[in-house]
Amino acid sequence: MDPVLLLVQALNGLQLGVMLFLLAAGLTLVFGIMNLVNLAHGSLYMVGAYLMAAFQGWTGSFVAALLLAVPATLLVGVAVELIVLRRLYDRDHLDQVLGTFGLILFFNELVRVIWGPAALFVAMPSALSGTVALLPGAPYPVYRLVIIGAGLLVAAFLSWLVTQTRTGMLIRAGASNPIMVAALGVDIRLLFTLVFGLGAALAGLAGALAAPLLSVESAMGDGVLILTFVVIVIGGIGSIRGAFVAAVLVGIVDTVGRAFLPILLREIFNRQVANAAGPALASMLIYLLMAAILAFRPRGLFGARG
Amino acid sequence: MRVSAIDRPRIAVFALFGLLALVPVYSGLFDQPFYLTLFARVMIFALAAVSLDLVLGFGGMVSFGHAAYLGVGAYAVGILAYHGVDSVPIRWGVAILASAAVALFIGAVSLRTSGMYFIMITLAFAQMLFYLAVSLKAYGGDDGLPIARRGTIGPIDLNNGTQLYYLILILLAATLTLAHRVVGSRFGRALEGAKWNERRAIALGIAPYRYRLVAFVISGTVCGLAGALLATLTSFVSPSYMAWTRSGEVIVMVVLGGMATLTGPIIGAVVLLVLEEILATLTIHWMLILGPILILVVLFARRGLWGWIAGDRHG
Amino acid sequence: MVEPLLTVAGVIKRFGGIAASDGVDLAIAAGECHAVIGPNGAGKTTLIAEISGELLPDAGRIVFDGADITHGPAPRRARAGLARSFQVTCLIPSFTALENAMLAIQARQGHSFRFWRAARADPSLKEPAMEVLARVGLGGRAKVPVGALAHGEQRALEIGLALALEPRLLLLDEPMAGMGPVDAARMIELLDGLKGSVAMLLVEHDMDAVFRLADRISVLVYGKVIASGRPEEVRADAEVKRAYLGEAA
Repeated sequence: MDPVLLLVQALNGLQLGVMLFLLAAGLTLVFGIMNLVNLAHGSLYMVGAYLMAAFQGWTGSFVAALLLAVPATLLVGVAVELIVLRRLYDRDHLDQVLGTFGLILFFNELVRVIWGPAALFVAMPSALSGTVALLPGAPYPVYRLVIIGAGLLVAAFLSWLVTQTRTGMLIRAGASNPIMVAALGVDIRLLFTLVFGLGAALAGLAGALAAPLLSVESAMGDGVLILTFVVIVIGGIGSIRGAFVAAVLVGIVDTVGRAFLPILLREIFNRQVANAAGPALASMLIYLLMAAILAFRPRGLFGARG
Repeated sequence: MRVSAIDRPRIAVFALFGLLALVPVYSGLFDQPFYLTLFARVMIFALAAVSLDLVLGFGGMVSFGHAAYLGVGAYAVGILAYHGVDSVPIRWGVAILASAAVALFIGAVSLRTSGMYFIMITLAFAQMLFYLAVSLKAYGGDDGLPIARRGTIGPIDLNNGTQLYYLILILLAATLTLAHRVVGSRFGRALEGAKWNERRAIALGIAPYRYRLVAFVISGTVCGLAGALLATLTSFVSPSYMAWTRSGEVIVMVVLGGMATLTGPIIGAVVLLVLEEILATLTIHWMLILGPILILVVLFARRGLWGWIAGDRHG
Repeated sequence: MVEPLLTVAGVIKRFGGIAASDGVDLAIAAGECHAVIGPNGAGKTTLIAEISGELLPDAGRIVFDGADITHGPAPRRARAGLARSFQVTCLIPSFTALENAMLAIQARQGHSFRFWRAARADPSLKEPAMEVLARVGLGGRAKVPVGALAHGEQRALEIGLALALEPRLLLLDEPMAGMGPVDAARMIELLDGLKGSVAMLLVEHDMDAVFRLADRISVLVYGKVIASGRPEEVRADAEVKRAYLGEAA
């Protein structure tokens, strides 16, 4: 196996991992603290990407667009929380699934109405569009490294927020025991809105950062939402640390698996079998990983509650 | 009033099936073959919705991955047809066995968890099978796989739309009858008891996991049959049969029609799919309307249509 | 000496730093009514949960009817003859009293993997279920949904469901909880009538009930049995007086 290729794929996996972490960190808190199954989190990711495209078209600047898109997504998230989700906190999970499923249908169509059915593209800032040689003969796109850096920065910030501040202490307590936090006399509604806004901003950031790498289109958040679910299930609901470990694990296993599993199978089976089974198995890898982890730990690696 | 309160559910079921039985007549008289296909499709999804009601309504298991069994059943038919197996009983038999096996695996893993974990895991497994279908380039991958001939069962020629329609209607009626037996049996009582109060069921010596797993497999099997019918009706299979929004739609049918009522989900399927058709003729952006309708149904009309039709007996 | 029906030996269960069971030893003979008393937080409910299988102890052994059940699953223990009633009423709310009892009968009769025959009309379920309801004084309330039963009736049905399993040992977690004097008297009478036919482990705060019903009493304080014996011995025990009865009297 080519070590340079392995390094490149591992970095690609890490990049996918930090992206998933940005989505999972907010969502796992929403699940844990508000006991709310929010399917519309992927929609916020999509909204972030669309707003990024719109603001870039308007300002012509990547940085300005990013600085506008993230708070704008936060506002969209808070509006959704106030108008719809707030009414779903006391409902059972099935109602939450259906209500937020309705939100997804709505948002997926709304972006088509506003921006048309064709995919939009977001330009990378020219300063970040080049490559850098990690090792001699191993060029790697700078932008992807920037995403990894940004993701790790956010992880560090969240880790500080959750472990070092009073708000963070409430968030942690809320994730493992929401009733107790309410009993402490904390304004739980405010905490909910705050956490939801934080999650929305992180989802928007993920969408905005991913926009130059993908085509921005309707339903782009759906697939990534389910990957985020896999991350949360593996990490354990309500655990930011679990979300981080699981996101990196899923990102790397998925990316490296897709790159190397077909090659690996070719060593064992004949070419025809390997070519057919390789991609199929690679596409199932993270789900099988999830099943295997659940077989031993039904509440995920760091999960406290179901 | 008193008499009608007792008989209303029965009258409603007969009326429903009577109307469904008349669709081919209407479509023949007015030369509207579109209705024949639409309602055949409606009944297939009704079958899927009834199967989901078994786990969702009676077992309390929020499976967000029932499209997976539709897909497995459909792909079993498609792949066998691709390899030249023309026997419909073999095609459908394999579809049923394959979906039962998949439901057994997914259920055995997923039922170790509950609540949100269960929802997300069933969804994730369905997505796994979706991507598996996409990656099967030999069977059309993303583009799907056409089926050359629908085939025949004894004297029934499935290439004839009307004959296929009535076969589907009979299978739906038979499934509904069977499902009523199952939920009224000892098995059904144990399942429902564990749904309402798991702790109590355990204290009585009922191990919920086993009953739930069996219900899950029964449900997946019926849903796999629906998938086989869908592939037969459309003469086509594609990964889109397993799209996660499809799983969501089936849940909507169950809740809209009325959970734990069995007949309600059939009505939910009729209403949802007909509503989609109507909205689609009004605007291409019909999802913009359907989404908020769903939210309003969840917020304000949770009891389902069946409770209203059947006189609230099941409220 | 006759082998006891239930033996609890050195059972330990910790939650964080707190030991809810700190080496509990207990033996209950067949047919004996054995009361466990102690202040709130002494670990009484934990003990019942460990015996019924809802919680698994960290250490120690639980032997029922000659078989080690320490780590056995809860449903199997119920089928082996260990029935319990809950401190907070735990019934199937959408079922009627009769349907609750019928489910219990159905569970006692073996597995429920029977898919065809209508359970609701099955006389082999209905008749024994009606007998059980009559036994706990609910014969006339069979068709009432559990949610519409009075508190005392719900408590009686709790006992009824346990009896429907025809257990060898009844685990009763505060059967008199939240009852007025009339209901409590009725419950004492009901339990008194069961004495001898089935062994009971009775956790109860109502001391009148305890001293009226119990053949033996164990006193649990901070997860340890500090005294065990016949009611008059326990009543006379100085340590018990200091630790428990003193504060109640």
